[in-house]
Amino acid sequence: MNHANITEILNKYQGDESSLIAILQDIQEEYSYLPREALVQVSKEMNVPLSRVLSLATFFRAFSLKPKGKHSVHVCLGTACHVRGAQRVLEKFERELGLKSGETSEDLLFSLDAVRCLGCCGLAPVVQVGEEVHGKITPAKVTGVIKKYRK
Amino acid sequence: MPKLTLDDLAKIREKTKRLTTIRVGGEYRAKVCVHMGTCGIAAGARTIMNALMKELEEREIHDVLLTNSGCAGLCSREPMATVEVAGQAPVKYVDLTEKKIKEIFEKHVLGGKIVQEYALGIGSEKTDY
Amino acid sequence: MAEMAKEKAYRIHLMVCAGTGCVSNNAFGIKAALEREVKKQGLENEVLIVTTGCNGFCERGPLLVVQPGSIFYQQLTEKDIPHLVEEHFLKGRPVKKLMYTPPKEKTPVPVLSDIDFFKKQVLIALRNRGLIDPEKIDEYIARDGYKAVAKALTEMAPEQVITEIANSGLRGRGGAGFPTGLKWQMVRNAPASNGSLKYLICNGDEGDPGAFMDRSILEADPHSVIEGMVIGARAVGASEGFVYVRNEYPLAIKRMNIAIEQARDYGLLGNNILGTGFDFDIKIVRGAGAFVCGEETALIASVEGRLGEPRTRPPYPAQSGLWEKPTLINNVETWANVPIIIDRGAKWYASIGTLTSKGTKVFSLVGKINNTGLVEVPMGIALREIIYDIGGGIPGGKEFKAVQTGGPSGGCIPKEQLDLPIDYESLTAAGSMMGSGGMVVMDEDTCMVDVARYFLTFTKDESCGKCTPCREGTKAMLDIITRITEGKGTEEDLTLLEDMAHAVKDSSLCGLGKTAPNPVLTTLRYFRNEYEAHIRDRKCPAHVCRQLNVYTIDENRCLTVGKGCDLCRRNCASDAIRGAKNEAHRIVQEKCIKCGVCYDVCNFGAVKVD
Repeated sequence: MNHANITEILNKYQGDESSLIAILQDIQEEYSYLPREALVQVSKEMNVPLSRVLSLATFFRAFSLKPKGKHSVHVCLGTACHVRGAQRVLEKFERELGLKSGETSEDLLFSLDAVRCLGCCGLAPVVQVGEEVHGKITPAKVTGVIKKYRK
Repeated sequence: MPKLTLDDLAKIREKTKRLTTIRVGGEYRAKVCVHMGTCGIAAGARTIMNALMKELEEREIHDVLLTNSGCAGLCSREPMATVEVAGQAPVKYVDLTEKKIKEIFEKHVLGGKIVQEYALGIGSEKTDY
Repeated sequence: MAEMAKEKAYRIHLMVCAGTGCVSNNAFGIKAALEREVKKQGLENEVLIVTTGCNGFCERGPLLVVQPGSIFYQQLTEKDIPHLVEEHFLKGRPVKKLMYTPPKEKTPVPVLSDIDFFKKQVLIALRNRGLIDPEKIDEYIARDGYKAVAKALTEMAPEQVITEIANSGLRGRGGAGFPTGLKWQMVRNAPASNGSLKYLICNGDEGDPGAFMDRSILEADPHSVIEGMVIGARAVGASEGFVYVRNEYPLAIKRMNIAIEQARDYGLLGNNILGTGFDFDIKIVRGAGAFVCGEETALIASVEGRLGEPRTRPPYPAQSGLWEKPTLINNVETWANVPIIIDRGAKWYASIGTLTSKGTKVFSLVGKINNTGLVEVPMGIALREIIYDIGGGIPGGKEFKAVQTGGPSGGCIPKEQLDLPIDYESLTAAGSMMGSGGMVVMDEDTCMVDVARYFLTFTKDESCGKCTPCREGTKAMLDIITRITEGKGTEEDLTLLEDMAHAVKDSSLCGLGKTAPNPVLTTLRYFRNEYEAHIRDRKCPAHVCRQLNVYTIDENRCLTVGKGCDLCRRNCASDAIRGAKNEAHRIVQEKCIKCGVCYDVCNFGAVKVD
């Protein structure tokens, strides 16, 4: 973690307290998680209690306090995906990656999360890896998807 | 001073509307269809199409629909084009050259007068669009 | 003012759908291939390639519509493009095999408007879909965009604008259906304390799983939302607006950002809009992933940088909202309807729809249905028309069971009510609600108890925890339902579940809790027999609740077709499968934990479930 980076993000919002969530989002984007030191720095420089920063960091789903993998796999469990068998797709990912939903692999290559609706319901079931969306996924297609990112 | 006045907004609207008419289908004064089968292209249909594109662009005309279709079946008389002025029967022109199509464009498409000497038949078939 | 560039006309416009659905199906690869081939054929001065927002027929993506003529190409691959460009755009011969052929038919339907999926749709909120490049403000203007702003700012008094919206009968498209005009009037009337600030918010926190119309509008036609907001700001006297977009929608955020920049460049946002002296500007706020933030007071809290927890109403945001100032909140689809109502008049809008629900509604038609996608239909259309005429019915010859509307706040509507005309009141009477317009179709393979469990899992996870009935009640209900799906339920559980549902409904603080029991109550009302089968017979009729399933292996099939591939044994989580490679396998029932892995991994259909 680099303190100058955090300062740069903080400067963008000019100490505006209502931008706390946006600041955390920028940090999350930069590091793929919220490093504790970063939260301490935000608390100090913004002059808000650390408890308040942490309450935001733990309330919203977009934030993670643990590092995420290089490829973050989001398996959509929205309603359309659910009725088209997304649960089985998630389980296949869990088996193939050896991870439970919410975990990150030790080599920091993959993290696996079940998410609520990516808004691509027309292509259910849907899996998003990084920025890429894969539609009409079946348990049988999971191995192929993982292979694509493993290299 | 505002960045954009009501007048400016109307101008942008009119201009972009003209350029995007073909997406929504509007009133066309005429349709011109160039026959572009393999034989037509070999005989020089691309030249005809390019000449028509140029006419439209230079004259800033947006109410003439320019389309193409496959082989018209009369390969020996290619390049061919069909002109259909709104409300009139379509006219097929044959053995076209760049010079001839320019003349047809001027006289028939814009002027409404059929150029008899280049015409093959009148009202034989309708174009697709 | 912007330079008027020399007009360049093209004889063909290729409208490439770049909604999120098609993008995930390689729409940009298709676009690149089109550019390459068009150039190769020397057609770059004749053919214009345009990227548009979502076309709606996501099921068939990636999509391309060729203008003029609206020739509809679907399920394209990069390999198809050289042939398509040469045949259609060079030689003028449309390519039939890339067109849409309805299931069970042989002849393709070339023209978009002739396809059943599109035929019955009436596009108002989605009026520009597929017709403009959302990143080009001029193309929006060409579709009569910003005409309504000009009218509202120069020809109408704010009160007149509000009257027009009220007379149109427009109601909130985000869920509850509150009359929009009335809301605007409340904000206009609210005394602005501490100076004269009032705020506007566009709620784009589309959290309902199964609904994506707001995403589509933000991606396909962001200017319609901006224009609606400028009109609203003028009507209520607001000077600053916020568009709150879900974090999960990066493309929507990007396109909205571009649109705001362009509107500022043209002076359609900022100071002295169109020279009228009216000032208004918009900022984007990214959501951070909390379903409860769709609730307006929770959303306001999170815009202020606080925890997204709701508070009691009154005071309503119209009286005291963002930073305790009067605040007007409408959802994306509502805002997108505003400009066209002002442009074409309340009377026109009110002529569409039913007595109490005017205009159209956008639904996302998803789940077990042939034509999945986004549809906009007049209020009052029968459910049957949406599912069978537009949606093309249920795939695989299966039987329709129910349609879920309104997301986690809504309910399931059974087959018997297929002729229900859809509007706010009829859906509520059926025990469901309009919600944001998700319509998830379910067939005979869907277990309704599982569906109720699914939604309770969702609301339990998303409950912010502030009020007890919601926090504890959703969990208690989920425990009961889970028990039932595992075959451990009793008859008394159903009564308890019903009582608890009513208690949570009556006593929760905000809409999330008040509506969370709806999926339970409607499934109990219409599908009680399925609950009873789980309890009395310890069976899940749809074989979804795996703890009630019995897995067996057809030993003959395993050996003859699968050659005893051993995959199931290697994947078995509980060491319950006996056998070795090239032998028939079998499951030791006492050891089976019913995870269903063997069923999923078997490539030969040898694992049976009962």
